[in-house]
Amino acid sequence: MKKLLSFKNIVISLLILLAIWQIIFSLSSFDSALFPSPLQAFQALIDMISSGVLISHIGSSMYRFAMGYVSAVVTAVLLGLILGRLPKVFQYINPAVQLLRPISPMAWMPFIVLWFGIGDIPAIVIIFIAAFFPVLLSTVSAVSGIDPIYLKVSKNFGIRQPHIIWKVIFPASFPQIANGIHLALGTAWVFLVAGEMVGAQSGLGYLVIDARNNLRSDILFADIIIIGLIGLILDTFLKVLEKQILKSWGGAD
Amino acid sequence: MYIEVQNASKTFLQNGKKFTAFNDVSLSIEKGEFICLLGPSGCGKSTLLNAIAGFSPVTEGSVKIDGKEVKEPSVKNVTIFQNYGLLPWRTVQKNVELGLEPKKIQKEERHKIADKYIELVGLSAFKKSHPRQLSGGMQQRVSIARALAVDPDIIFMDEPFGALDAITRMKLQDDILSISKQEKKTIIFVTHDIEEAVFLADRIVIMTPNPGKIKSIVTVPLKGHRERTASDFLQVRDKIFDLFNMKHEEQIEYII
Ligand SMILES: Nc1ncnc2c1ncn2[C@@H]1O[C@H](COP(=O)(O)OP(=O)(O)O)[C@@H](O)[C@H]1O
Ligand SMILES: [Mg+2]
Repeated sequence: MKKLLSFKNIVISLLILLAIWQIIFSLSSFDSALFPSPLQAFQALIDMISSGVLISHIGSSMYRFAMGYVSAVVTAVLLGLILGRLPKVFQYINPAVQLLRPISPMAWMPFIVLWFGIGDIPAIVIIFIAAFFPVLLSTVSAVSGIDPIYLKVSKNFGIRQPHIIWKVIFPASFPQIANGIHLALGTAWVFLVAGEMVGAQSGLGYLVIDARNNLRSDILFADIIIIGLIGLILDTFLKVLEKQILKSWGGAD
Repeated sequence: MYIEVQNASKTFLQNGKKFTAFNDVSLSIEKGEFICLLGPSGCGKSTLLNAIAGFSPVTEGSVKIDGKEVKEPSVKNVTIFQNYGLLPWRTVQKNVELGLEPKKIQKEERHKIADKYIELVGLSAFKKSHPRQLSGGMQQRVSIARALAVDPDIIFMDEPFGALDAITRMKLQDDILSISKQEKKTIIFVTHDIEEAVFLADRIVIMTPNPGKIKSIVTVPLKGHRERTASDFLQVRDKIFDLFNMKHEEQIEYII
């Protein structure tokens, strides 16, 4: 019932968005090459799907996203699990992290392109940078905030390194780590498009630039919708996964 | 003597100032004894327990178990905490198996041992439940089963029933007493509840605060199963109660 309701909410919300778009289109005097109607964008979308162009762009984007995001999450969680247990060391690392964190990953783009050329790597690196810091910081804070009784109990029962990390520290800090992983997903997706707009010859971000260069606002809008849609799907997928893990671990609430 | 605490003190550094949690404590405990540390909150019971269990060693004097100086917690002595210390992401069964995992025991054997102790504490129907799904009393039973599963020599308990309602608490007191007799464990049990101490202990160590010290050690003269309403039980309880109000400075071994 709850699922049905939320499905109804999604449909209505999207219909409202479409309606606003249509109204603005009807009222404005823009050339349709500059501002397409929903129908024109939909037509462009169908064309791109049937020609297979869209799926190949989605393919390149998803590949880069998976590479960058997964490697960022894995390294950040591993590093965070270790640094969270070494507060004295982290005191010396934290200032540097705080300095690097507010820098938009895009600021590194010129270097990245100079060092790695264009292709898959720049977008992967950008996504990595975008996802890495939030996951690292939430993992460190989760680990250092673990209820000390878990550590006391594991010590008493002779659970040693490295087992204590998998048996106790990771599951105990998982809810907060998952939160960071989730937040990073949205950020990383935003920067995928940005990264591909500069350093790639394929992908959803490249398609934005390509559509602009060819003055195809219908393709541009279709692309934008797909970017939003995939972001939404990824987010939902992660939410479900997170819930499943929490549930099999006894549930938070 | 099995456990030997000699002239032990524990000081903490608090804002640059020394704070004495307990001072010049001496205590000998034999194997198989049920000892209650009894006293008002703040008198250093937990600190003393943690020192004997090895979580936070004494700053002066010595604590020896079986002739060996205690420096860190041992897998042979298990501590049970007031807030149970269960791992919420593990089922009851996996919690009970926790201490068996570092030992090189086959999975099937592990299950068998866990089953045995889960049954002993009456939770067989909840093997697959997570701690969150259980009441406080049931959770403390799980943590008792988890302690027993590793077949420890000593069980330390720090106000283990303090968070439970009176009826559940009495039920668990009955159970821990029969388990202690059946499994022949040495138990050191912290409480601030006089009745609980009289019901459980072979000897009661009475502690007073400022600074924490042992005021007296009372051997409980009740044998076998104790009736909470029997006149001899009430008599012992009243004697202990009187001891708290007495102004005795020296430490005396009392036989009532
Ligand atoms: N880690 C610590 N650092 C500083 N003071 C402590 C610490 N642990 C306990 N104390 C102090 O020692 C005293 C005795 O505490 P505790 O052993 O917990 O008493 P009890 O268990 O009898 O209530 C208290 O005043 C407490 O504030
Ligand atoms: Mg205490």
